[in-house]
Amino acid sequence: MKTLKDCEKACRVKVLKLNTKGDLKQRLISFGIMKEAILEVLEHAPAKSTIEVKIGKMRIALRAQEAQLIEVEKI
Amino acid sequence: MNTIEKQCPITANHIKVALVGQPNVGKSMLINSVSNAHLHVGNFSGVTVDKTEVLFDYKKYHFTVVDLPGTYAFTDYTIEERVTHDYLCAEDYDIIINVVDSTNLEKNLQLTSELLTMSKKVIIALNMSDEAEKENIIIDAEYMSELIGVPCIKVSAATKMGIANLIDAVVMKHESSKNRPKLVFSEPVEEEIAQIVWYLDKHKFQSENSYRNIAINLLKNNKRTYEELHDEPIWTELQPILIEASKHIELHHDSDDVKEAFAEEYASFNRGVVAEVVKQESVKEKKTLTEKIDNILIHPIFGIPIFLFFMWALFQLTFEIGAIPMDYIDSFFIWLGDTIGATIANDDIRSMIVDGVIAGVGAVVLFVPNIIILFIGIALLESTGYMSRVAFLLDGFFHKFGLHGQSFIPLVTGFGCSIPAYMSARILKNDRDRLLTLFIIGFMSCGARLPVYVLFAGAFFSPDMAGNILFFIYVSGAMLGLIAAKVLKLTAFKGVDEPFVMEMPKYRLPSVKLIWHTVLTKTMMYLKKAGTFIAGAAMLVWFLSNYPHNLTLQQEYASKIEMAVSESEKMHLQNKLDEALLEQSYLGSIGKFSEPIFEPLGFDWKMSVALQTGLAAKEVVVSTLGVLYALGSDVDQESNSLVTAISENISFASAIAFIVVIMIYLPCLAASIVFTREAGHIKYFFYLFFFTSVTAYVMAFIAYHITLLIV
Repeated sequence: MKTLKDCEKACRVKVLKLNTKGDLKQRLISFGIMKEAILEVLEHAPAKSTIEVKIGKMRIALRAQEAQLIEVEKI
Repeated sequence: MNTIEKQCPITANHIKVALVGQPNVGKSMLINSVSNAHLHVGNFSGVTVDKTEVLFDYKKYHFTVVDLPGTYAFTDYTIEERVTHDYLCAEDYDIIINVVDSTNLEKNLQLTSELLTMSKKVIIALNMSDEAEKENIIIDAEYMSELIGVPCIKVSAATKMGIANLIDAVVMKHESSKNRPKLVFSEPVEEEIAQIVWYLDKHKFQSENSYRNIAINLLKNNKRTYEELHDEPIWTELQPILIEASKHIELHHDSDDVKEAFAEEYASFNRGVVAEVVKQESVKEKKTLTEKIDNILIHPIFGIPIFLFFMWALFQLTFEIGAIPMDYIDSFFIWLGDTIGATIANDDIRSMIVDGVIAGVGAVVLFVPNIIILFIGIALLESTGYMSRVAFLLDGFFHKFGLHGQSFIPLVTGFGCSIPAYMSARILKNDRDRLLTLFIIGFMSCGARLPVYVLFAGAFFSPDMAGNILFFIYVSGAMLGLIAAKVLKLTAFKGVDEPFVMEMPKYRLPSVKLIWHTVLTKTMMYLKKAGTFIAGAAMLVWFLSNYPHNLTLQQEYASKIEMAVSESEKMHLQNKLDEALLEQSYLGSIGKFSEPIFEPLGFDWKMSVALQTGLAAKEVVVSTLGVLYALGSDVDQESNSLVTAISENISFASAIAFIVVIMIYLPCLAASIVFTREAGHIKYFFYLFFFTSVTAYVMAFIAYHITLLIV
C-alpha cells in the first residue's frame, strides 16, 4: 500500500482512500482531498516532517503523519 | 454608488447580508469596496475572532453587511469556522453573499453547495474576475446562474468592477420570493431524497426550509436538523427510513462515512458545473510567481535562515523603534500626573488619581507603539501568505515538543513583552495549539524581568560573568518552556495529536488599507479593553500598598525627620517611614502572612512582598526591594547601594531561588488579563496561575537546596 508520505517531489498521484475518521477526515475533504482527487507533491520541509502538495490550484501543507493516512496510486 | 439621505432606521427597509466565503477569496477587500462611504465600521468580538459589520444606505434600503470569518466547509474545526457556522445557523439575516475566487472555482463551490442546502437566499459573487481574465479563465456567469439556480455576479474587489451590479442583485433577490437552488445528486442519493420528501409531504410537515433541503440535511447527518425533528411525532417512522437510506448511500460510495459520501456528491456536481461554465484557454503550464517565490522561501536549506532573518528584523523593529516613543509617552504621563496632581488639594484623592489611575493607564499606553509595530509586521506576514510557509518550515521541530509550527512567533515575541505575544498567538487557528502556546509564553523571559536579573547578577557575580549569567537565564527559561510544553502536552492537553493540514495561499501584495484597518481595530480594542481593566487593577494595587493609613507612625517619623540634622539622615528616616508604612499596609500584611509559604525557598517577608507586587508588573520588583531595604523607591538595577544591600541581606541560595521564581511565575497583571481574554475563559487564568506557581515553587525549591549543597 502506497501512501502520500512515500511520494517523492514532483510526483503525481491519485487518492484511493482516506484511512482516517472524524475531524481530520472532514478537514481533508474540505480541502478537496478525497477519493479520485489528483495530487502533486511540491516540496518537503527539512527532515521530511511536512509535505506540500498541490490539488487543483490550491497548495496544501500537511504533516508526514497525516500524509501517511492518505492512500494513493501513482499516475 | 448613490447614497441617499438617512431615513429613520425603524421605518426604513433593512437588508442584512452575511458575507461568507473560503479563506483568501478577498471578502474583506470586497466589503471595503462595497461600503465605499464607510459610514460606520463596528466590531463585535467572539472569543478571539471578530465579525466585522458595515452599514450603508443604497436606494431605499439600509444595508448591514456582516463579514464572517473565512471557512472551508461547514465544520467546527477552527474558531473561524465555528463563528461562521454558528452565525449562519442561529442568527437572523436576510441574504447570503457567497464570495468565491474565480480563479479557483471548483474548490470554492464546495462551500457554496453547503450554503445552498440552507433555507436562505444566496447570491454568488464571482470575485477576482480581473485576475481570472488575466489567467485566461472565462466564466459564463449567466449560464452558471441558470445551472445552480442562484444569481452569480462577476465582481472584482480590487478594481471595484461589478460592485453596483452585486448590490442591485441583492436588492432584487431580496424583493423576489425564494427560488430553489438546483443541486443535483447522483441517482441513488436522489432516490433517497425523493423518498424522504414524499414522506414529509405525506405528513404535511411544517417547516421554513424546503422538504428537499431537510431531506439532504438529514441524510448528511446534520445535527441541527436532527435536533429540530427529534421531538416531532413523525420521527419514529422517519428514523428507520433514514437508517436504510444512509446504508444505501454508504454502500454506493463504498464508504462508512455519509459526510464523505456527500462531499464526493458535491464535488462531482461542482466538477460538472465548472466543466459547463468555465472555459480556460489552454496555456502551457508554466511556473507561477508563487511557485517561483516558494522555491526560495521554503527551500529545504535556505528557508529557515531566511525566516530567522525576517523574525530578527521584526523583533528589532518592535523593540527598538517601539522604544523611541515609549520615552515620550512615559514623560507625557509623568507630566500629566504632575499637572493634574497640582490641581488636587486632597492628598488621598491626588495619590489615587496620579499614582493609581494615571500611572496605571500610562503603563498600558506605553505598550501601544510595540503593539502597533508588531501588528503591522504580523499583518504583513499574514496577508502576504508567508505565515503559512513559516508553519510549514518549523512544524517538524516544534511538533516534537507538542507545539505547532506557528507557535514560534508568539514565543519569540514573548522575549520582548508577553502582552503582544499573547495577542499574536491568535495566528494559531486550533484551540488546543493556541492554549498550549499561551501557557508557555511566560517562560520566555520578557523585557521587564531584565532589571531583576541584572540586579541579582550584579549582586552575586563578577561583572564579566554577569553577561553570561543573563544569557544562561534566558536560555534556560526557553528550554524550560519547551519541556513544559511537552509535559503539558502529555498531561493537561493530552489526546490525539492535532492534525496539521493547512492551505498555502497564493502570495499577494498586501493592501495598505486592509492592514491599516486591521491594525487600527486591534489597537483600539487593546486600548479599550485592557485599558479599562488595567486602570482598575492598578488602582487596587495602589490601594493595597497605601492603606490602611497609620497616622501615629507618620507623625512619629515626621517629628524625627524634623529633628534630623543632615540631609542624608532625613532621607534615611523618610525611607524608614516608607518601609514601616508598607509593612503595615494591606500589602505588607499579605507579605507577612505569606512568609511561611516562602520560607522553604529561603525568602524573607520582603522578598515575598516583592514577588507579589511583581504580579502587578515585573518592573515593580526592583523598586519594591528598594523600598523594603529602606533605600528609597527611586532605585534602579544599577544602583550600587541596592546591589550592596541585596548581597548583604540575601543569601546566595535564596537569590538563585528568587531568580528562578521570577523566571517562571505568573506574568504581570496586564499580561495576565490579556492572557485570560485570549484564552477565552477565566478558568484558564486559574490554570495558568496554578501551573506557573507550582512549577516556580518546585523549581525554586530544587534550585535553593542544590545551591545550599554546593556552596
